[in-house]
Amino acid sequence: MKKFLPPLIPFVVVTLAVEWMVRGGWVPSYLVPAPSAVLRALFDSRDELAAAFAKTSAAALIGFALSTFTGMAIAVLLSSSRAIQRSFYPYAVFFQTVPIIAIAPLLVIWFGYGMKTVIASAFIVSIFPVIANTLTGLLSTDPALRDLFRLYGASAGVTLVKLRFPAALPQILTGLRVASGLAVIGAIVGEFIGGQGLGSVVDVARTQQRVDKVFAAVLLASLLGLGLFALINLISALTLRRWHTSEQTR
Amino acid sequence: MPTETGRGVGLRLERVRRVFENNLVVIEGMDLDIDAGEFLAVLGPSGCGKSTLLRMIARLSPPDGGRILAEPQHFQTSFVFQDAHLLPWRTVLDNTALPLELLGTKRVERYIQARAVLAQVGLEEAEARYPAQLSGGMRMRVSLARALVTEPRLLLMDEPFAALDEITRFNLEVQLRELWQRLGMTVIFVTHSISEAAFLANRAVVLARSGGKICLDRRIDLPPQRTNDLRSDPHLGQRLGHEMKLLMGAMEEE
Repeated sequence: MKKFLPPLIPFVVVTLAVEWMVRGGWVPSYLVPAPSAVLRALFDSRDELAAAFAKTSAAALIGFALSTFTGMAIAVLLSSSRAIQRSFYPYAVFFQTVPIIAIAPLLVIWFGYGMKTVIASAFIVSIFPVIANTLTGLLSTDPALRDLFRLYGASAGVTLVKLRFPAALPQILTGLRVASGLAVIGAIVGEFIGGQGLGSVVDVARTQQRVDKVFAAVLLASLLGLGLFALINLISALTLRRWHTSEQTR
Repeated sequence: MPTETGRGVGLRLERVRRVFENNLVVIEGMDLDIDAGEFLAVLGPSGCGKSTLLRMIARLSPPDGGRILAEPQHFQTSFVFQDAHLLPWRTVLDNTALPLELLGTKRVERYIQARAVLAQVGLEEAEARYPAQLSGGMRMRVSLARALVTEPRLLLMDEPFAALDEITRFNLEVQLRELWQRLGMTVIFVTHSISEAAFLANRAVVLARSGGKICLDRRIDLPPQRTNDLRSDPHLGQRLGHEMKLLMGAMEEE
């Protein structure tokens, strides 16, 4: 309770204040809906929103899983040689700077309308933090421990699995925390163009001036992001609690 | 070539040279014979090439000139660093067993050996703990246990007790000396501490500031059994002080 109370108090205060301001007419309801109206929209459109939530969740999760495994594999490859790193890392950075909203139409051309485009969008947006953080972690291995592994004849593969990867875990998990939120954003942007899930609900509700429904869909998207973030925090707590300061001081 | 006795390794360094990437000559034409089973302390000012010498002997960094011969040719080397450098995600037992794991020893066998060596350094009760739950002295003892678990014939130590408080350091020095006498491996111990070198070693070399020239090579004239009593015993303490004075003289000339 101690953990949840501090963020809960401002949430309740702001919600009550918005409700009071909208009902009192100080804020027009076509710009910001009353929280009670958002709850009503959630209830009235529950079937549509639940189906959209499931689709967005599936796309974001698949995109996130793909970016996790691909990003880590790319980071391992980049960390294997300074020459490979110098040749390819700038492209990974360049990839990150391309605005997803601008290339989303291209994704529709390549993958068509539907799930594939949304997954591709979630993947593209979330992969860079995984690459960057995993690479930093893999390159930061204690040189004395690398020497120790060499002294006992450990192969590159054994050193990766038993030393470099576990040592990089705190940085990898930091990358995954950032990537989890970005995967949801990428999925929603993909759905604006690819036409399904919560992104599509937001787009349609916007054209119908249903601000309450837009807020309801946005709330669900945020909950999805929070859920993924909590999942990474749980993995972090389970894997790091015995040995890393970040989990021992929480 | 120094002869092989007991479990130690005899080493001969012939005109060994090491140059860093910025063309800095760290060691130039070093000749040094180390007998099998010897406890050699290497002293010298910062940057004189002590750690570089250890890395070359460990074959972690090849010399740029000359050669390092060993008898026997194939042997297990262990290295103890200035800090404990344990894997924080592994327990004391798993850290100690790590070298055996890397060498392909079966799990049951490596745990038996790791537990035996943990008992030797007095850490059998701490085997399930993680490094973060240990004091600095305990971490260094785990590091020592990890180095000894393979029963190395050559033990290289790079200022291993430098970061410890004096009482812990004194106790670990006694423990190391006992282990060396029992196991008979060759030990090369790099240190900045003149008292540590005089107390631990049966021979000390002092390196010059530049080029790794040996400016003093001396047998330490102290009895083989060395406990903390030696530091306070008036007669033995006087002899220890004499050895320290000679080493200090060579260091000051540098």
